[in-house]
Amino acid sequence: MQWEIVIGLEVHAQLSTQSKIFSGASTAYGAPPNTQACVIDLALPGVLPVLNKGAVERAIKFGLSVGAKINSPSVFARKNYFYPDLPKGYQISQYELPVVQGGSIHIQADGVDKIIYLTRAHLEEDAGKSLHEDFHGMSGIDLNRAGTPLLEIVSEPDMRSSKEAVAYAKMLHGLVRWIGICDGNMQEGSFRCDANVSVRPHGTEKLGTRCEIKNLNSFRFLEKAIDYEARRQIEILEDGGTIRQETRLYDASKDETRTMRTKEDANDYRYFPDPDLLPLEISANWIEQVRSALPELPQARRDRYISEFGLSGYDASVLTSSRETADYFEATVRQLPAQAKLCANWIMGEISGQLNKEGQEITDCPITPSQLAMLLERIADGTISGKAAKTVFESMWSGELEKNVDAIIAAKGLKQISDESAIEKLVDQVLAANEQQVADYRNGKEKAFNSLVGLIMKAAQGKANPAQVNTILRNKLAG
Amino acid sequence: MTLSVNDVKRIADLAYIEINDVEAKETLDQLSGIFDLIETMQAVDTSTVEPMSHAQSVLQRLREDEVTEADQHELYQSSAPQVEADLYLVPQVIE
Amino acid sequence: MFNASLKQLSIQLAEKEISSTELTTQFLQRIKQHNPEYNAFITVNEEISLAQAKAADKMIATGQAGPLTGIPIAQKDIFCAKGWLTTCGSKMLSNFVSPYDAGVIERFNQAGAINIGKTNMDEFAMGSSNETSYYGIVKNPWDIAAVPGGSSGGAACAVAARLAPAATGTDTGGSIRQPAALCGICGIKPTYGLVSRYGMIAFASSLDQGGPMAKTAEDLALLLNVMIGFDPRDSTSLQRDAENYARDLQKPLAGLRIGLPKEYFAEGMSHDVASAIEKALVEYRKLGAQTVEVSLPNAPLSIPVYYVLAPAEASSNLSRFDGVRYGYRAPSYSDLADMYRKTRAQGFGAEVKRRILIGTYVLSHGYYDAYYIKAQKLRRLIAQDFTEAYKQCDIIMGPTTPTVAFNLGEKSGDPIQMYLSDIYTSAANLTGMPAMSIPIGFGDKNRPIGLHIIGNYFKEAQMLNIAHQYQLVTDWHLKSPV
Repeated sequence: MQWEIVIGLEVHAQLSTQSKIFSGASTAYGAPPNTQACVIDLALPGVLPVLNKGAVERAIKFGLSVGAKINSPSVFARKNYFYPDLPKGYQISQYELPVVQGGSIHIQADGVDKIIYLTRAHLEEDAGKSLHEDFHGMSGIDLNRAGTPLLEIVSEPDMRSSKEAVAYAKMLHGLVRWIGICDGNMQEGSFRCDANVSVRPHGTEKLGTRCEIKNLNSFRFLEKAIDYEARRQIEILEDGGTIRQETRLYDASKDETRTMRTKEDANDYRYFPDPDLLPLEISANWIEQVRSALPELPQARRDRYISEFGLSGYDASVLTSSRETADYFEATVRQLPAQAKLCANWIMGEISGQLNKEGQEITDCPITPSQLAMLLERIADGTISGKAAKTVFESMWSGELEKNVDAIIAAKGLKQISDESAIEKLVDQVLAANEQQVADYRNGKEKAFNSLVGLIMKAAQGKANPAQVNTILRNKLAG
Repeated sequence: MTLSVNDVKRIADLAYIEINDVEAKETLDQLSGIFDLIETMQAVDTSTVEPMSHAQSVLQRLREDEVTEADQHELYQSSAPQVEADLYLVPQVIE
Repeated sequence: MFNASLKQLSIQLAEKEISSTELTTQFLQRIKQHNPEYNAFITVNEEISLAQAKAADKMIATGQAGPLTGIPIAQKDIFCAKGWLTTCGSKMLSNFVSPYDAGVIERFNQAGAINIGKTNMDEFAMGSSNETSYYGIVKNPWDIAAVPGGSSGGAACAVAARLAPAATGTDTGGSIRQPAALCGICGIKPTYGLVSRYGMIAFASSLDQGGPMAKTAEDLALLLNVMIGFDPRDSTSLQRDAENYARDLQKPLAGLRIGLPKEYFAEGMSHDVASAIEKALVEYRKLGAQTVEVSLPNAPLSIPVYYVLAPAEASSNLSRFDGVRYGYRAPSYSDLADMYRKTRAQGFGAEVKRRILIGTYVLSHGYYDAYYIKAQKLRRLIAQDFTEAYKQCDIIMGPTTPTVAFNLGEKSGDPIQMYLSDIYTSAANLTGMPAMSIPIGFGDKNRPIGLHIIGNYFKEAQMLNIAHQYQLVTDWHLKSPV
């Protein structure tokens, strides 16, 4: 039988506020244990929550970016369960009325465009952490993270392969960073995915029983966990078994998922509106303010790069994968408007390659867009060859001569010979000294032409403009 | 509505309160009486009424996003049952 | 001096007839002498109280004194006070020294008042007799065989027995007004949202409201002037212009329309209470007021509605007591879940556990709509009843309690009978309206009776005026058991 895989994702994005969602404690990552847990985060008797405006604003930004409805009012509810990293014994979340409803994200997977619809996105607080180093067989609780604002973004079950799921997760990851609501650091847990996976016979409508796979903290794990889980479910069904609805954990070391809890022991969370918080109203005015301050979104930029600069869809997508990359590209192309493709190639090639090698981000790039534009301009105007440009690039990267392109070209003697008469002179010399090759060429040996070019370039110490050399040589041989 | 001893045990379990059989039985008797009282609510038709969560129809006030709290973990941990290396210790958490 | 009003004490302090240190010392002395008999206080901390008195004397000396500067106030042990053991009447918090001050405590501190001690209360404010306190029962100073009422029983006892000039209480279903009535003093629960709940250990967040307890309406006004005020740390705190709650005390009552809900004058009220209320109404008519019958058809459902909503909120509010970060932890357990279950089984008393179970049940899957949502809908109907009634009257009056104080142990085995003690009081918590109780005489066994005065939202000043005018022509508020 042919099986169809159905996937929905729940993504927890930590919002990049200074302070927590309901308290004035810092959200900075990596502080010593419990130094950023104030009386409210610790749920001391008598403390109360007050909502952080910055968290709400980020939720609105997100909603507007995905074309969703901003609910007003939205309501905070308590999700009741006991866990040592949950100090109040309940998590403040949104249940019946989330702040963001609906919306969609465009993805491309395997060269196909697709729209993934969002169910909702709601504000909630993060829990603390349990540390399992051995404290005489006990666990240690660090509540620094407790109360960090989260936006839980829930998709519809619209994805049909792990590749689509990854494409969606990456697009979302790019978007939340693009609009500046989340730093997207997956290692630090700022962007965490849970996947709901089910399978059904191809062509059928009814959704199969789903399993939720928790805490997938890299795109690779997301892909592998879905692949494993889909295989597992298909095998069970093909053996005549049934899928049990449950929560599963992905074990990366074994590349498998295993049961975390079954539906039967799932908690009865006893959601109810939090009486300590009032309905959250978001005025149309505020929404408009946020909208007008929104940056141009990646999808819009991608479309513009295609129409305005004539880039391919692929190039436009790569350049808009992060706002910083796109901004870098635009700053470069602004100074070299006729050379958009050249700019794109260098940013996606040399720049990105070098950054990758050094494990750095575009924001760390030692070469500024103006410096890059200067270099590319020297390629465009024929001053240096593409090959020589790479040498100049390396010098610039390591900071030589204050990254002055012309100074480096001069110091390294990389300037191309583009002077017609100078090249003609070189060509004449080489032709005179190599009569045999000239004869071979005229007898139809095309190879001899290349060999002559090689000799001319050698005589020019590699600096002659290759295109000019070609043209002049051909004219002379023909003449 | 009739409650059973099992219901009492189930809710005690949800509330994380240990309860033995004798207590559960005793609690059942008391809760049954209280729920008889509570059931009198059902006599009123409320199908067209909006639930009232708050005494005042006021909207949520928002805090500016500023860090206002300083580290005071030593003070806060001074009345904790068990602390080591600035962590609150609990019996092993199994995930 | 022990019978003096706050105003009188303030004058004595201002005129240097007595220093705050002397005043504080004398009350501490009196507490030391009589508390073993009444058990009104859980914690007394002479060192802190006297340090505050010294600071208050300095304020007085330098002319910075306000109306409450230097005056000892007993604080209910539900308010977190920095450096004070804050137990909320529970074993669960038997070792909890608060690292911070509640909003109310801050306001009293700023006013230069002295915290004379933390008063006994029903555990987590759940009770109507002060018998659920982990720290022992409190006696009614009028009759030590009687309950003082609850949950602010220690506070009511302390004021009645003259162990403190005034006290704070909190009221979720009647916990200020019922003990005030049973102990023959005055107490007011202001409009929900006026007194900060920050640092006031939550029982039922949407119903809880702090308020003062004192000998007279005039004292209550002075206390409200300090207690009420916006607190940005409490999302439900209301942002309003400051009021002087004493401003209308002297207004004549001519033309006042007093609404008497027929549902509150039906069966259930004992004869002694009924006759005391009737006498009080006679006084009010003499003062120029008229009475009109009003109807609150849904008010009789206040108790079932209250016993759904309050336990539901409480079950969640009390989840933080888990033995992890503070408070009691069971001495032995097998694993994490067992630690939680034993800690909570041992740390909470029977009544608190009972309410947690009720609340857990009404919120649980499949019952939420039938109980919780139903109760919230009825809550709205009850509020609408009051709003309708206020179209025909300015103020509503009735009994605070159906009977005078019952005997210790009389209802402690019967939760439903106990719950019915709040039959007249819980509606004001559901609606969020202000309500108060003032003493109007004595009933069976010479135990005090309270008149319940319920106002529309933000009518505190008017209510205090109505109470004060009565106290100008009667002397029930001057009666003392000691």
